Amino acid sequence: MIDKKHLLSTEQMANFVADGYLRFDELVPRELNKAAHAEMEEGIIVRGRGGTVLDEVWDDDSAVGKVFRLPEVKGIIHSLVGENPLYDHHAVHIVRPQNEIGQIWHADAIIDLRMHFDIQFFYFSHDTPREMGGTMILPGSHYRRVCETDIARYQNFLGQLPIVCNAGTLIVVHHGMWHCAQPNLTDETRYMFKLRLNPTARQCQLWNSDDLDTASFHGILGRNHRWYGNDVRLEIVNRIKQWRFLTGDDSFDVGYWLSRLENMPENTVEAA
Amino acid sequence: MSELRQQLLVLHLHTPDLNSGVVAWAMYDGTGQKRHTTGDSEAPPYSSVVEAMQDGWRVIQFPQQFPAYPGMEYHTSYLRFEYILEKLEKI
Repeated sequence: MIDKKHLLSTEQMANFVADGYLRFDELVPRELNKAAHAEMEEGIIVRGRGGTVLDEVWDDDSAVGKVFRLPEVKGIIHSLVGENPLYDHHAVHIVRPQNEIGQIWHADAIIDLRMHFDIQFFYFSHDTPREMGGTMILPGSHYRRVCETDIARYQNFLGQLPIVCNAGTLIVVHHGMWHCAQPNLTDETRYMFKLRLNPTARQCQLWNSDDLDTASFHGILGRNHRWYGNDVRLEIVNRIKQWRFLTGDDSFDVGYWLSRLENMPENTVEAA
Repeated sequence: MSELRQQLLVLHLHTPDLNSGVVAWAMYDGTGQKRHTTGDSEAPPYSSVVEAMQDGWRVIQFPQQFPAYPGMEYHTSYLRFEYILEKLEKI
């Protein structure tokens, strides 16, 4: 049984719904970062088969396995996709030194119609300053329905976020997040370990939802991202629907956006 | 062969109004002088399409507007207000 203190809070969950990601700086201890980095350099990380229970993919000696067994990381996983998720795939993303061209913007996989969601971890085992990249994400892009590299013509957005971080930082994103690897202008190779996980439990209040009735999250769910332009209200509707799914509260609303549209009285009143 | 080469500027706006603010942008340079790439700037080169026009860029494509397909009224996808502009540069 996981200790509640490692689960996400309601406010963190609201941020995940609004932005599509959560960030945990320097969460992984230094020695483990070194060991995981070495595994990536040596190319020895075992590759599981899609649909395998995560706990069965890496043995106890695997540094990467230890990263994803840290109590804090298990708490993040439990909160988003349940206690025993499935391993989908992983990839060691490598950007060679003096690579001046960024990767094209893309979302992983194909158009995904589910309200259920997968998560992807981006794990940075070494310091990643801006001149080294790292991965660029577009906060709030996760509900956009696009297929893989359909978005490759875009280059820059207001609010785009390069992940610049110290060693041991983990980013967890909704599977729909738009992202791209950034140029590496240093003389060092850049590594980033990506892991996709599938839920095995109904994603309803898997986090520490003790504060669901008291937490202040309506403002978070109504947050604007400047690149939305005129679509911001549509994005808030997407979030309302996701929050209803996550909490089981089918009447939840932000402001009055969905309540207004759902008001379709059927009762008849006789004229006086 | 002509000595003119095309430069393209793609501006995505807040609304269809050409005076509205730029929310995303991209450049493609046919002169071969520069290779633009993802994440290469934090601020747009112009604040609006009209401002780019005032600097000599010619609008060559307007986004058409369509009503939402039934069932897709609340779905979001690509950026909808995409204007493509060009300049011809001597090489």
